[in-house]
Amino acid sequence: MSKLKKNASGFKLNHYLTYIVVTAAFLAVTFMNQGGILNKKMQGLLVPVCCYIIMALSLNLTVGIMGELSLGHAGFMSLGAFTGVVVSQSLVDTVPNEAVRLCISILFGAVIAAVAGFLIGLPVLRLRGDYLAIVTLAFGEIIMDIINCLIVGHDSKGVHIIFNFKGDKSVADLNLLEGGKAIIKGAQGAVGTKTISTFFAGFVMIMITLFIVQNFIRSRTGRAVIAIRDNRIAAESMGVNVMKYKMIAFVISTTLAGVAGVLYGLNFTGITAVKFNFNTSILVLVFVVLGGLGNMLGSIIAATVLYILPEALRQFSDYRMLIYAIVLILVMLATNNPQLKALLQKINPFNKKKEGGAVQ
Amino acid sequence: MKKFEKGKMVPVPSMAIIPERDMDSPPVLECIHLGIEFGGLKAVDDFNFVIGKTEIAGLIGPNGAGKTTVFNLLTKVYNPTHGSIMLDGIDTTGKTTVQVCKMGIARTFQNIRLFSNMTVEENVRVGLHNQVKYSTLSGVLRLPPYWKQEKVFHDRAMELLSIFDMQDMAGLYAGNLPYGAQRRLEIVRALATNPKLLLLDEPAAGMNPNETAELMENIVKIRDTFGIAVLLIEHDMKLVMGICEGICVLNFGKIIAKGTAEEIQSNPEVIKAYLGNNSMEG
Ligand SMILES: Nc1ncnc2c1ncn2[C@@H]1O[C@H](COP(=O)(O)OP(=O)(O)OP(=O)(O)O)[C@@H](O)[C@H]1O
Ligand SMILES: [Mg+2]
Repeated sequence: MSKLKKNASGFKLNHYLTYIVVTAAFLAVTFMNQGGILNKKMQGLLVPVCCYIIMALSLNLTVGIMGELSLGHAGFMSLGAFTGVVVSQSLVDTVPNEAVRLCISILFGAVIAAVAGFLIGLPVLRLRGDYLAIVTLAFGEIIMDIINCLIVGHDSKGVHIIFNFKGDKSVADLNLLEGGKAIIKGAQGAVGTKTISTFFAGFVMIMITLFIVQNFIRSRTGRAVIAIRDNRIAAESMGVNVMKYKMIAFVISTTLAGVAGVLYGLNFTGITAVKFNFNTSILVLVFVVLGGLGNMLGSIIAATVLYILPEALRQFSDYRMLIYAIVLILVMLATNNPQLKALLQKINPFNKKKEGGAVQ
Repeated sequence: MKKFEKGKMVPVPSMAIIPERDMDSPPVLECIHLGIEFGGLKAVDDFNFVIGKTEIAGLIGPNGAGKTTVFNLLTKVYNPTHGSIMLDGIDTTGKTTVQVCKMGIARTFQNIRLFSNMTVEENVRVGLHNQVKYSTLSGVLRLPPYWKQEKVFHDRAMELLSIFDMQDMAGLYAGNLPYGAQRRLEIVRALATNPKLLLLDEPAAGMNPNETAELMENIVKIRDTFGIAVLLIEHDMKLVMGICEGICVLNFGKIIAKGTAEEIQSNPEVIKAYLGNNSMEG
């Protein structure tokens, strides 16, 4: 029996271990940076890595904990990114303090992504089956198209927004006053953004994300969400409102994706909507699946290793993809847990037993 | 204005029996002409049954008779195509599974449906979901209500687990428990929802005779301590005849007999149904 025993204290250790690992990694990288060990290229990766870690944690909440597939998570990141850029650029003069401005931008980006998550969840989460995957996939593409048509500027009168659906409008149509500037130029994306994201901010947001996600999982609400994932009918029979708890988990997940987006958008002078396409959503899904479903530390490690590796390996250009493939396989073996198998079973179209038949 | 014509008369459910001690309270469950069809197959047909407030009732019948389907109708996993269900005098038509759970029906499953990636204690805590509450925000920020209510969760879960002496299994994963313990955990989890009516679907399946005897005592003990009604499906006749007061026999979706253990055992229809399937075991 002792072999089967996995007591609560072991779980608790894992809980704190994640915070410790993240903090240690942050301190180590900061020292390395000050010691001049990191080259320019590596320094440039620091904030994006933080963003992808937050994305992976956020998606793990939807895929690992809630057990639903989201194929358009980059869409929520995109919403956050462009909201953040507009808010921050509009406040450059009013709020000169960069840290405060970053916080305000994050707040706005989070709220917009939360609202989007809620609106998508409203019709989809009441359905049984993998509809969330389809709808989020479409959402990611639609958001990309909409932002590609978006022209936004700011002047002394406030923010001006026009949609360039027909392709006949340009920044000039914003009729900005003297001293006004364009923030988003349609397909060219955000331009001339003041970069205010820092590695420290990234670290703080990872810690906050971890705090939210880990506490959520171990709360009454989180237990309800996991119960629904493990056995929907039993959860309903225990009086757990499926729609409500899925909605809470999904909105938290999209909110955090929005936060990651703000950090990302404010780290570059220019970004385009295409950056947040289907490939980005799949990349994050790969981090989550390889890091282990429901395993937060796994997500962090997978996101870090798999995001940095292709860049770090550039010098061995010939063997780059070979090594990357080997690492992928190693990570997969290391995290080959039962939940992963369960998800694969769920995705597999030839495996449609269980659902539909009589409830015994 | 709708005109009512004088016409054909039909019988209404009668011959309901409940324990004499429950006579002064309204019955906890009343099924009236309850039925469901699956594409022409009448899985349950004209099911009329009444259960007293503290009764232990039995639902028996050969394989495929429609017993589990009755449970699924009572818990709104399926919506009845005919008839109605009154729980404690309130019509449950149009209610959802979650709503009837809150109204006081809890169940276990024939094919065990535990939350296998959760510990034993966490399974019971999910059962306590609507009994002990705090907001999501308190949970995420670990505000005082979180600490206070999590302690209540723990204490209540342990108290419930003690019914079956399962406290020392609290930290084990439910999926790793032996079969009999999984069945007992399902009962504890159902009890955690604070039901008025507990539905047990083949609680003794897969148990050895010792475990079954212990389970019988515990079902009676549960009824006595909580003062609730129990409706159980069981193939083990020793268990059914031993503890059930009112018994209902289903065959091909229809009730073929209702009555006390003595009446059922001597009913020729019942004997025929079981001999036809040669499965009156136990
Ligand atoms: N969802 C469904 N769709 C179609 N037919 C169903 C469904 N649920 C149950 N049935 C049918 O209803 C009948 C009764 O099934 P049920 O599971 O209630 O039997 P049971 O009395 O519980 O049998 P057992 O003793 O084997 O558990 C069976 O013929 C079954 O195939
Ligand atoms: Mg059955």
